[in-house]
Amino acid sequence: MSTTPMIEMSGVTKAFGAKQVLRGVDLSIPRGKSLVIIGGSGTGKSVTLKCILGLLKPDAGSIKVDGVEVTKLSARQRKKTLSMFGMLFQGAALFDSLPVWKNVAFGLIQGRGMKQTDAKEIALEKLRRVGLTPDVGDLSPSELSGGMQKRVGLARAIASEPDIIFFDEPTTGLDPIMADVINDLIVECVQDLGATTLSITHDMASARKIADRIAMIYEGRIIWEGDKDTIDISGNDYVDQFIHGRAHGPIEMQILKP
Amino acid sequence: MSNPLAIIGRVFLNSLAEIGRLSQFAAVAVIHIVRPPIYWRLALQQMWLIGYNSLPVVGLTALFTGAALAQQIFVGGSRFNAESVVPGVVVIAIVRELGPVLGGLMVAGRVSSAMAAELGTMRVTEQIDALTTLSTDPINYLVVPRLLAAVVTLPLLVLVANIIGVLGGFVIGTERLGLNAGSYLQVTIEFLENADVVSSMVKAAVFGFFIALMGSYHGYNSRGGAQGVGKATTNAVVSAFILILLANLIITVIVFGDQA
Ligand SMILES: Nc1ncnc2c1ncn2[C@@H]1O[C@H](COP(=O)(O)OP(=O)(O)OP(=O)(O)O)[C@@H](O)[C@H]1O
Ligand SMILES: [Mg+2]
Repeated sequence: MSTTPMIEMSGVTKAFGAKQVLRGVDLSIPRGKSLVIIGGSGTGKSVTLKCILGLLKPDAGSIKVDGVEVTKLSARQRKKTLSMFGMLFQGAALFDSLPVWKNVAFGLIQGRGMKQTDAKEIALEKLRRVGLTPDVGDLSPSELSGGMQKRVGLARAIASEPDIIFFDEPTTGLDPIMADVINDLIVECVQDLGATTLSITHDMASARKIADRIAMIYEGRIIWEGDKDTIDISGNDYVDQFIHGRAHGPIEMQILKP
Repeated sequence: MSNPLAIIGRVFLNSLAEIGRLSQFAAVAVIHIVRPPIYWRLALQQMWLIGYNSLPVVGLTALFTGAALAQQIFVGGSRFNAESVVPGVVVIAIVRELGPVLGGLMVAGRVSSAMAAELGTMRVTEQIDALTTLSTDPINYLVVPRLLAAVVTLPLLVLVANIIGVLGGFVIGTERLGLNAGSYLQVTIEFLENADVVSSMVKAAVFGFFIALMGSYHGYNSRGGAQGVGKATTNAVVSAFILILLANLIITVIVFGDQA
């Protein structure tokens, strides 16, 4: 197996108008490994994922997917790269004009040209894997609870068995038991598919379960990265404050500064 | 507070930038029409949504306008003992101007807003991003079917509007104003030329393009939650109205400008 990291970001910056969100993000995820990014609200976690996917164009820096620089790809080449990815969006982002099963099968039907009947079978199987019965498949996404939508989004992300899967807050809005089911599922995905995963979460239990490595983002930079076992002994005040959820610490100081 | 000249300058520059972005969006959309895949099913679905659902409002508008027009022309014409011009002026006015313009405006009110709201919601709920990650080009999947459908459907709607508009004039003319039914129809047909019908259809197709373009552009680029979607909806309708009226003037001047 080659040793090029599956995803490699260096010096990635992104601003929206005057607002500098990413200030030089450096990240590297080896093939088949699971990285979890933790960090406060609005620190640019989702923006980081969207830059890798090409949904946002970074202002500077380099992003390599499987060794290929993706920031300068043409639309056509990008499409090829995108077919390696599955993504669970923070708000699920289900297509509300389509029934649930078509949402799950979307990438198979539209992206890969699979026959509807075959795709439906796979879709129902993926739904079952995330704990949803086949009758849910015929409902409209707007008829589902938030947690169910999340699970459908998850089923959609893994339906085409991609090489790289992004999970943007996969367990937010789920009850603790379902959250753990989802965590198990993510771990399985990495093991079964050999997928490389990048997850964002605020849920430390989830991070500890699904991560090989954990990185903390703060003010648009990765301020700490290490194996998940070392997070409790990181010696980093920001990380300590975050994982223990303390209201007081260096992060609050920054908020009060201006 | 601010220098008024600076404000004018800023507004001017912003409008230029907006026109630039819009033209770019239009160019990208048109390029995607010739770049497969084309989602014909979605285009047909849009044709149904645009065409069938707009028929009642477009038909009623044409009927009432044709009728009112006949009444006014009769009153105006009778001052010169020229009541017989009613059928000719009605058909010219409806087919050349009022059918396409009023039809276009009515459809814009319904369709541009609906498109902007739908695509805007898809944008702010990240459904458009999700399309991209599922290897589906959102321009091909969302914008092209709407453009194709509107360009094809608007001429059909306007054709119906023209016929109903003339019919409205006919009903008032024969039932209320005492004009002879046979000669009303004969004069109508004599007055109508091919160029009138062709220009009417061309206008309708162009208006259809702008209706779908404005709905798509404002929806696709909407920002900032429900409020952003609301703004996109309003902007789509207003800009579609303006473009329709402007395009109408330009086409009228080109087609009929050098007729004596
Ligand atoms: N399309 C955009 N236009 C303008 N600003 C944006 C856009 N997307 C994100 N931002 C801004 O970038 C910042 C980071 O956003 P991001 O969504 O990455 O946060 P996050 O770290 O994922 O937070 P959360 O945990 O709350 O999801 C926010 O302040 C947000 O306002
Ligand atoms: Mg986020």
